Amino acid sequence: MTPGLLAVNPVGWARSQMAFTLGFHIILVPLGVSWAFMAMIANWRAIKRDDADALLVAQRWSKYMAVTFAVGAVTGTVLTFEFGLLWPTFMGRFGAAFGIPFTVEGLFFFLEAIFIAIYIYGWKRMKPWPHFWVLIPIIISGIGGTISVVAANAWMNEPGGFTLDSAGKVTNVHPLSVFFNSAMPLQALHMVLAAYLVGGFLIASIYAVALLRGRNERYFRLAFIIPFTVACIATPVQMIVGDSLARYVFNNEPEKFAAIELVPNTGSDVPETLLGHETSSGTVEGGIKIPGLASWLSDPSSGKNTVVQGRNAFPADGQPTISETNVVHLAWDLMIGIGTLLFLLAAWYALSWLFRRNYPRLRLFLWIASAAGVLAIVALESGWVVTEVGRQPWIVHNYMQVNQAATTNGGVWITFLTICAIYLAVGITLVLVLRRMSRWAQPQLDESDVPYGPTPVTLDREPEVPVS
Amino acid sequence: VSTAAAVVLFFGVIAYAVFAGADFGAGFWDLVAGGADRGARPRALVDHSIGPVWEANHVWLIFCLVVLWTGFSVAFASITLTLFVPLTLAALGIVLRGSSFAFRKTVFVTRQRRFYGAIFATSSILVPYCLGAVAGAIASGHVPNGGKSGDWWSSWVNPTSILGGVLAVAVCAYLASVYLVSDAVRLEEPEMVEYFRRRAIAAAIATGVIAFVGIFVLRANATYVFHGLTSRALPAVIVSALCGIASLVLLLRGSARWARPFAMAAVATVVIGWGVAQWPYMLPTSLKVSQAAAPDPTLATILVVFVAAAVLILPSLALLYYLDQHSALASEGADVPGMNAVS
Repeated sequence: MTPGLLAVNPVGWARSQMAFTLGFHIILVPLGVSWAFMAMIANWRAIKRDDADALLVAQRWSKYMAVTFAVGAVTGTVLTFEFGLLWPTFMGRFGAAFGIPFTVEGLFFFLEAIFIAIYIYGWKRMKPWPHFWVLIPIIISGIGGTISVVAANAWMNEPGGFTLDSAGKVTNVHPLSVFFNSAMPLQALHMVLAAYLVGGFLIASIYAVALLRGRNERYFRLAFIIPFTVACIATPVQMIVGDSLARYVFNNEPEKFAAIELVPNTGSDVPETLLGHETSSGTVEGGIKIPGLASWLSDPSSGKNTVVQGRNAFPADGQPTISETNVVHLAWDLMIGIGTLLFLLAAWYALSWLFRRNYPRLRLFLWIASAAGVLAIVALESGWVVTEVGRQPWIVHNYMQVNQAATTNGGVWITFLTICAIYLAVGITLVLVLRRMSRWAQPQLDESDVPYGPTPVTLDREPEVPVS
Repeated sequence: VSTAAAVVLFFGVIAYAVFAGADFGAGFWDLVAGGADRGARPRALVDHSIGPVWEANHVWLIFCLVVLWTGFSVAFASITLTLFVPLTLAALGIVLRGSSFAFRKTVFVTRQRRFYGAIFATSSILVPYCLGAVAGAIASGHVPNGGKSGDWWSSWVNPTSILGGVLAVAVCAYLASVYLVSDAVRLEEPEMVEYFRRRAIAAAIATGVIAFVGIFVLRANATYVFHGLTSRALPAVIVSALCGIASLVLLLRGSARWARPFAMAAVATVVIGWGVAQWPYMLPTSLKVSQAAAPDPTLATILVVFVAAAVLILPSLALLYYLDQHSALASEGADVPGMNAVS
């Protein structure tokens, strides 16, 4: 077989492959970043209060973390390869700048991999407190790694910290300006919060299903309450940060903002359009328009008079196409809609906790909570679509377009299809494996397995029959 | 500065070869361990031995890739353009290997264990073969400079690449068997000590033979590297051969624990020899290290991060290996029924 025979224009396939593999990996990211924190809460409670249920929660979680971290690590490695395999021209030209945040990320990833192994395998032989403290470097490196990767993404949105010579070669690099580019702080904070929000709702949703099925043991309640509380605290903070980030995009990435808010023409008193789409003739159709709201949100100080630049203010070949614009806008609406819903859910939970010291008794609450995990993932993916599709056609904003960056290998469609098949198989197996692991898991400690801490006296129930 | 960054890169390559190489090799022994009953104990030892450390060892690969693309972007672009096929295969192999290894630990039905085990083991051979072939392609000058794609197939299906691939698999198997002997000694499993000692001897001899044949392959196909290996890199080659022979003698005499550092040294010096022989080229003989290097501030960042890594990561890794070697990392929390059925 020669490459010529099966060669197809690679740009679309390279984009699809990158989108698919990143979209897959990003689901595992929140678990890798925030699960250790939730395990820490359970583990702390276990040691401090001699709480056998909490200990069991932490132990089980560390086992599930082992599997998700392994899959997250290898799918992350694929992304490292893909930067070169799919975008060699981009890496060849900008690697000297773009690579800097990843060098830092490598450091954090290393620490995370080392300490997570110590935590996962150290249950029996390590002393309780040293074993507990191992979680701290995991949590720190999870956050540090997130900040580094997002710094690289933010640099693509707001490239800085380098100069090009006349041949277009990167000559002078200011590493700190690359890492701390202007888009980085808010974007990184947004993603760290997202990791805690999505991770919390996702883990809690599994136990919400168990609670709905009448599994009312304390083990399940703890395993629900810990992550759900973390997520509920992250949610309102995320709304504030997200709002600031949107205003940052309004001020600094106006092309993206025009796509987000579906604004064809520059003007003031711009309505906020919920759903709807832009037609090929450049008018907005469908959806619900809230008069003046987009202007008002963009800059509350000037209110309805705030001028929002529309798509007609920018050259057509330097901004997303109409269909890309519609994708960005829909993704934006999804993210905001789900975020609002999760905020209401968090408020409900908070009120119930304030008055009753428990989660809401209505089954409707658990129904929504069990859907919240998937919804939060949809919101996460949508947010990522907004930032990536909203930057089109650029890979490095105003410096390099995606189609100039891609590989010239015409066989990418083959690797794309292969990767889809393998990832789907791995993804489905991962879910099945985790499901089966939790089904075996009875809410009690097998005494021979008690590594440390609680005395068996706290186990005041009859052994349970495993859920089947 | 570019020299220092290249040394950092090579440090990563050596660490990856010496540590992760053994994890891949463990997959090789897993594959050839025989049926479910006969292979149960060696497989349990493999699981036990690499379980806590393979992810940390794997990070060296990411380290190498990131240093390569940040510090030597031009070379990275040329390598990924030309060697698209073996690198894609390696990436897919890494996904399959890591996830199937993790999945295998969670199942205990023989049929399922066999399924995940087969994927884990075959991809443990595929990945080092592909990476070795990539090294061979670079060493033999099949990767053209300048962001152009070399030939898709002949770039990595040629004598030097095949040598690189086969040698990589053999080296991994050799390292793994030597490590597994000392792990078996530590866990007081005399049967497994003998089992892997015999295999380690075979692997050491096989690796030596392949390396010897390799000399002639390189002479015909990778002249620049061959001349380097027979001149300025000759001391490294000699040290490597001596260490290899020392480890073999120690294995034959049954003092397996001491074979381990010699095996590590043998592999590390081979990689050093390759680097010295290829110097000053990144892609012999079209791209020099100094030409491929990124601007100085970027290289300085790599060095700073490397120093930070030396301060933070090396002690952490030492802690991990210390705990592992003192059997403190024995268990993943409470046991699920049947989960450790084999061990």
